[in-house]
Amino acid sequence: MAEPIVRLTGVSKRYERKGGTAVTAVDDVSLDVHEGEVLAVIGYSGAGKSTVVRLMNALEAPTSGTVTVAGQDLTRLPEKDLRRARQKIGMIFQQFNLFRSRTVAGNVAYPLKVAGVPRAQRDARVAELLDFVGLLERAHAHPEQLSGGQKQRVGIARALATNPPLLLADEATSALDPETTTEVLSLLRRVNRELGVTIVVITHEMDAVRQIADRVAVMENGRVVEVGDVYDVFSAPRTAPARRFVRSVLHDRPEPDVLERLRHRHPGRLLTVLITDEPDLQKRVDEAFVGAGVRTELVHGGVSELRERRLGSLTYEATGPRGAVDAALAALRAAGVAVEEEV
Amino acid sequence: MEGFLDTVDVYRTAIWQTLFMALVSLVASGLLGLALGIALYATRPGNLLSNRLVFGVLGVLVNIVRPIPFVIFLAAIGPLQVAAIGTTIGTNAVTFAISLAAAFAVSRIVEQSLVNVDPGVVEAARAAGASRLRILFGVVLPEGLGPLVLGYTFIFVGIVDMTAQAGLVGGGGLGQYAITYGSQRYDWGVVYVSVATIIVIVQVGQFVGNRIARGVLRR
Repeated sequence: MAEPIVRLTGVSKRYERKGGTAVTAVDDVSLDVHEGEVLAVIGYSGAGKSTVVRLMNALEAPTSGTVTVAGQDLTRLPEKDLRRARQKIGMIFQQFNLFRSRTVAGNVAYPLKVAGVPRAQRDARVAELLDFVGLLERAHAHPEQLSGGQKQRVGIARALATNPPLLLADEATSALDPETTTEVLSLLRRVNRELGVTIVVITHEMDAVRQIADRVAVMENGRVVEVGDVYDVFSAPRTAPARRFVRSVLHDRPEPDVLERLRHRHPGRLLTVLITDEPDLQKRVDEAFVGAGVRTELVHGGVSELRERRLGSLTYEATGPRGAVDAALAALRAAGVAVEEEV
Repeated sequence: MEGFLDTVDVYRTAIWQTLFMALVSLVASGLLGLALGIALYATRPGNLLSNRLVFGVLGVLVNIVRPIPFVIFLAAIGPLQVAAIGTTIGTNAVTFAISLAAAFAVSRIVEQSLVNVDPGVVEAARAAGASRLRILFGVVLPEGLGPLVLGYTFIFVGIVDMTAQAGLVGGGGLGQYAITYGSQRYDWGVVYVSVATIIVIVQVGQFVGNRIARGVLRR
């Protein structure tokens, strides 16, 4: 496999606070970002996600460990070389962070000016970028005249100005409504597919993961607790924190209040079956229930797609003679079906 | 009104003296205060050129000078005036004093305007690989320009206030005119003409400042 574009090795970041206490924002993280992929760093707020991306473009220096981007160890670079390295790493932000004193074109031109690109080339590149994000006709507008989605598109154009091979997106869609989120995510997807830019997105939103991520890294308390293919992590999280997070964003199990209502209406035992894209899954489920003489009623759940593969969960009310439901549970597990009883 | 008509020439000179003192001091203190304010902003702990020592020394200096009442300040900087322009009396000497006193007030206003600049844009500029000085002058200053212009407008009123005390050291201006030809002769007409003129100057200053700020802020 080719050298990863970003490699964090044993990276920690501690902040000293007044009074001598220290906060560990990032705790011994080792993580690779592969060239050409979209990696989503997910987790609850305060998990250390923002710090992790800021380590990748050296906006933060690690307390220990090394950060290598495109083969360069950022932790060893002097300030001047660091600035040059940052010019090759794009970044977009939750609050867009556009310069209000500059026009749309001026914002996009800024990184080019910093990089010392001559005027004529700069203008051509700005036009090209604005065309790519569909805002060519707003070139002379000021940021406050734009909608949130348009602002983020300007942010993306600005971040891509110097043709960076890597783009960092810090909660880039969290301040946008669902429709605009989809629009910005599909633009990011084009950036990845058409321009071949590697993207690291930080998010706590399932939509963002579902629409663009190839792999996910789950963070909790400053640690990366699980890394893997999006479908694998979401269909079969291996660690408790990942399971917790996946459950909270997928809503795959009935919430406590829903569960209470279900209980009230359905006196039988409630079993939740994980629906993956394994073949014959429905058949095996049916056979297990029928074989044990259990009657079922579908009471909750849903099935949709993740990375073009089936994923979901269905909650059944199971009723039957004494011992029959236990037998069905055993049969389901024997048939390799992931099932859990709601208690 | 006879008193006023007899002293129209003095009045006219006084207007020019006041305008001269106010405008020259505004520019001089504006530049000096801008430099000081930028230094205060940049050296603030955690900022672009974070430097606890410089920030601390500048902060203490500003805090010591700023609360001194201008009349006392005017007396206190005599030796400095002599060293800089050779005299402690006259319009130039007063202008020098106002420029210096106002610079300290300006520095705090500049610092405040810059501190209010969204740290997010600074981060965006850092992420683009810009140098600290480039961020300071190319991003922070332009982003804080609107509040900065309003701050300068505010200072202008304070400076006009200071010019009225110029008469104490033979600096002339509308303040001296109002006292010498007005109140000391019980000629209230002269006093009120001076008051009205000062009001007009301040209003024009405020209007111009608001206009520029609106242009900068595009509102």
